[in-house]
Amino acid sequence: MDGTPVGRRVFLGVLGVGAVGILWGAKAQDWLERAVAPLVAKDGTGLSAFLPIGRFRIYTVTGELPSKSKAEYRLQVGGLVDTPYTLTYAELRALPPTKMTKDFQCVTGWRVHDVKWQGVLLSDLLDRAGVQGNAKAIRFKSFDGTYTESLTLSQARRKDVIVAYQMEGGDISDEHGGPVRLYVAPMYGYKSCKWLDAIDLTDQVEPGYWEHYGYDVDAWVGKSNGRDDNAT
Amino acid sequence: MAATTTPPEAELPPDAQITRFDRVERIAHWVNASLFGIVMLTGSILYIGELSILVGNREIVRTIHVYCGLAIPVAFLVAYFPRWGKALRRDFSRINRWTKDDKRWLRTLGRDKDVRLGKFNSGQKLNAAFVVGAALVMVATGSIMKWFEPFPVDIRTGSTFVHDWFAFFIWMSVLGHIWFAFKDPEALRAMWRGAISARWARGNRPRWYEETTRGGEDPAA
Repeated sequence: MDGTPVGRRVFLGVLGVGAVGILWGAKAQDWLERAVAPLVAKDGTGLSAFLPIGRFRIYTVTGELPSKSKAEYRLQVGGLVDTPYTLTYAELRALPPTKMTKDFQCVTGWRVHDVKWQGVLLSDLLDRAGVQGNAKAIRFKSFDGTYTESLTLSQARRKDVIVAYQMEGGDISDEHGGPVRLYVAPMYGYKSCKWLDAIDLTDQVEPGYWEHYGYDVDAWVGKSNGRDDNAT
Repeated sequence: MAATTTPPEAELPPDAQITRFDRVERIAHWVNASLFGIVMLTGSILYIGELSILVGNREIVRTIHVYCGLAIPVAFLVAYFPRWGKALRRDFSRINRWTKDDKRWLRTLGRDKDVRLGKFNSGQKLNAAFVVGAALVMVATGSIMKWFEPFPVDIRTGSTFVHDWFAFFIWMSVLGHIWFAFKDPEALRAMWRGAISARWARGNRPRWYEETTRGGEDPAA
């Protein structure tokens, strides 16, 4: 057969791009998003809506997408507190709301800009229960039955840590961890426990689900997990 | 190799049928197409939140996605390497080799009527080479995402990133492939039945037509 082996070059080139992306994609992602943004703005075909930028990836650690109606939803606050209590969804909604518009940054690189959140300050929920002197940390449990997360007490007291029930102006849907999830604005997404079920005060930090697989317990965006993303 | 030397007595009647793809190639194509369809649809269900909710059964969808993805290279190897893969191997070598005409065809996007094509045009060649490479990249990155434990976080991140972007371009490439197939129903039928008319071959792929009618040669090979 005569001719140039262009096919092989294309094939090897594609493998090369893939390999470079695996090795350096973690760093290139934000740069690529900024490079593509002007093209997306000019796109008349609508195809760019399907580009993998600025959208949430859906993660679950169990087989199913957990689901609970607002009516059956309960939030338990307990552990090292004076008065453990349980809130219904309606009771949670009746508490003074906190709103913020902040980015959601995943440790796997993707980031969704300017997400509108609404919920109740975690700090307020802790005060209601009366935190005991020996409590040092919080453990969060998900009603998926498997996922757990943790924060130190001082992290949990921050003004940008909420128990969220609204996202982008609407109820939080199942895939985003509804009806109620945690949102820890300054940390990577895995701290923002979805399908939040129980908040327990503990005397020490108990590393959460992903932290058993090597993720940092103190998951500050840009200052942990070997990443240098801009703060959220 | 000059086309002008082809003797006129080699001309077939326009409706004569020439084998374009043998049975193994056709089975391989449709198995591969089915697997691609399944991984593309299940992948979209996993990726797009609205579809996730609509379909549910996330574990089943994920399992189908992973194992159909892994089946793609396996099916390819089974079609390609054994004795029965001769025609497929020959076509891969055609896809690999680009003549001056192929390059010109791509530059002019097929508008240059003096270009004399072989069995495939260079758009088809480019698409095939891309998809084979991309499929391997998807299997590698998908495996890292599925069996992530031995890998450091930034490799998992990079793999997720590559898997997402390649998925987008594979969708574009497959949609383009289907679009062109429907624009040329006779060529599409040939992927189903195997044969194509001499008229089509002479008009669209003159160099391949000459090869196959030069006599003695197994046309599919």
